[in-house]
Amino acid sequence: MDTATIDNIIDKHNGEASALIQILLEIQSENKWLPKTALARVSEKLAVPMSQIQHITTFYKTFSLVPRGRHEVHVCMGTACHVRGAERILDAVEEATGVKPGETDPELNFSVETVNCLGCCALGPVMVVDGEYHGNVSPAETTEVLKTCGCEDAYAKA
Amino acid sequence: MPRLNSPAELEEFRSAILARRGPDQPCLTLCSGSACHATGSGKVSAAIAGELEKAGLAAEVAVRRTGCHGFCEQGPILVVYPAGICYLKVKPEDIPEIVATTVKEKQVVERLLYVDPNSGEKETHETEIPFYKHQQRLLLGNNLEIDPKNLDDYLAVGGYRALVKALCEMTPEQVVGEVKEAKLRGRGGAGFPTGVKWDFARQAPGDQKYVVVNCDEGDPGAYMDRSLMEGNPFAVLEGLLIGAYAIGANEGYVYVRQEYPLAVSNLEIAIRAAEEAGLLGQNILGSGFDFSVKVHRGAGAFICGEETSLLRSLEGKPGEPTPRPPFPAHKGLWGKPTNINNVETWSNIPLIINQGAEFYRSIGTEGSKGTKIFSLVGKVNNTGLVEVPMGASLRDIIFKIGGGVPGGKRFKAVQTGGPSGGCLPEEHLDTKVDFDELTRAGAMMGSGGMIVMDEETCLVDLARYFLGFLSDESCGKCTPCREGIRQMLKILTNITKGLGQPGDIERLEELAEATRGASLCALGKIAPNPVLSTLKYFRAEYEAHIAEQRCPALSCKELISFSIVPEKCKGCGACFRQCPAAAIEGEKKQVHVIHQDKCTRCGACLEACPAAFGAVRKVSGETVSSVIAEEAEITG
Repeated sequence: MDTATIDNIIDKHNGEASALIQILLEIQSENKWLPKTALARVSEKLAVPMSQIQHITTFYKTFSLVPRGRHEVHVCMGTACHVRGAERILDAVEEATGVKPGETDPELNFSVETVNCLGCCALGPVMVVDGEYHGNVSPAETTEVLKTCGCEDAYAKA
Repeated sequence: MPRLNSPAELEEFRSAILARRGPDQPCLTLCSGSACHATGSGKVSAAIAGELEKAGLAAEVAVRRTGCHGFCEQGPILVVYPAGICYLKVKPEDIPEIVATTVKEKQVVERLLYVDPNSGEKETHETEIPFYKHQQRLLLGNNLEIDPKNLDDYLAVGGYRALVKALCEMTPEQVVGEVKEAKLRGRGGAGFPTGVKWDFARQAPGDQKYVVVNCDEGDPGAYMDRSLMEGNPFAVLEGLLIGAYAIGANEGYVYVRQEYPLAVSNLEIAIRAAEEAGLLGQNILGSGFDFSVKVHRGAGAFICGEETSLLRSLEGKPGEPTPRPPFPAHKGLWGKPTNINNVETWSNIPLIINQGAEFYRSIGTEGSKGTKIFSLVGKVNNTGLVEVPMGASLRDIIFKIGGGVPGGKRFKAVQTGGPSGGCLPEEHLDTKVDFDELTRAGAMMGSGGMIVMDEETCLVDLARYFLGFLSDESCGKCTPCREGIRQMLKILTNITKGLGQPGDIERLEELAEATRGASLCALGKIAPNPVLSTLKYFRAEYEAHIAEQRCPALSCKELISFSIVPEKCKGCGACFRQCPAAAIEGEKKQVHVIHQDKCTRCGACLEACPAAFGAVRKVSGETVSSVIAEEAEITG
């Protein structure tokens, strides 16, 4: 990620240290994760010590300090999904991709995450693959979805 | 959008909008909340635009993409005005027929109407559907009529009248007094009287004060704040402005969960529109009152729903709670007096100012006034958002509005109040929704999550689930919360794995007491609730897990097994093909068998086995053999 893009984001927030979380969120949405060089730049520009940035990036769950896979799989583990069998969906995703929740495979094919509620409880259990929602999925359908939603290449390698 | 410099200009502008629209203008209203979006309302919208264009009706027929209608189970929902015909589960391919039949011919497309699952009767209008009929939608009702991206729509339903009334006809004291008299209680969970909270902030010394909207709706299974913010951000902003005027604040923040991208973008659009119209910024409507608002996105931390944590997060710090007092009303954001309320609380304000405290007080129970929105989810037929007057019974909500439990299963419990709420069994179904009554029953109002469970939900596992969530979300600052929750979780996990020990229940109770008594903030103080309420009402289930290694709900994976009943198996091979673990053995036309050592208990075989055979059995607390008896043969 180039310095100019980071500087632009920081300038948008007038370089205010109180906007640290918002700045990090925007960098992450551009780059999918937070490389150390980007954090160093933020630290320097905002005059916020690196230790504080580390505190923030590890406290809040959204931030990723490691590269993300090409395909992002989010499995909703909210209560409504839980009582409708979300755990089995997560098992099926893990089985199909070989990636544990919160992890990314070394080839950077898949990142698997659990989320605590997407607010689509009517569709539970819900899985989101690359931004596309799949509701009322069964474990068997989960595998189908991962095969057919643009992840074929990655799936073949997994 | 012209800038409106006075209340008179606002009224003139409103009249012009209403005159332009006329009551008979044909309009297609499509629900575009997150859930309907997920079921394809984007594609339906594109189809509508294309079809109207083709039919040459694009100029004549208005299309409005609204926020959540609440009946998420049946989305996407399309309502055709002026007749108000409501179509459910609409697909892009249905649009040509709707345009040809309903828009042009004014006829109803029968097959897309709501069908009552019990009586088989069809309903044409939204208001006749039982799900809506028994609700009182004072807040959510406007969602149906407003495109959240269009300020005109909000003005058309009388938006910003309350603001004008507050700014021009009332002193700040009177506004606070009205809210106090309305007896509105905070909808975020604690139920503290809003007017009293406002008064604290108003009277706190200091020139710089802040107002904050808490839209960090972290409770899993609860999404009413999201729907309000997505569907009608203007009402939240209007409430916030009135609160700011009452308290004497000129700056406000809206803290939105990062998981709600649509709420963030709709809110940002609403803010820009309000700024252009002079309904935000300097000298609002020429009254001399200035107010500006900023949006702050959360970054994935449940604890930030707690007000002191939220304020730390707004300051760009980790969201760790601080002891109260000092309360935010005295020392809040950057040490200044701050008033923070939940989205639903703010949305109630315009209603109270418009209709008056007396009207508001006439709805609800002695201790809880107004309506409350619940998100009715889980094992219930009509999943969705339900707005009822305080004092409605759980039975009415779950059975009359929610349509009961699907699949002919038996109702087991309802969990209210989010992860730290409580589970109430069937005997308590007549409990009324009211802050105090729910607490007395061992549950709580919380922010309004209502999760229905049937006989297949294991309540020990549910308690484990909630404690797992809370253990993840505990910020770790204070020991009782961090360690207490973790130890309870450990015990519960063992119990659900069949490793429970005699004395575990007592240990849980002891830990719950300590965690409740000694934690710093509400997260820890109420974290033991799921354990205590399930122990209170479902103790036998805990005992079965511990003493017999049996899960009565047949849900805990480690305690169940699947087997094939030889007498019923037809050797069709359906289970064999579906099994992801290659644990099933058997030739075509031969009795199949599940090897218990390979079985991962995913249940795929149970789903695959044709209902007519019903040969796969799920059991708990019994030993199951993996060997096919020599003589087993296909029968029948």
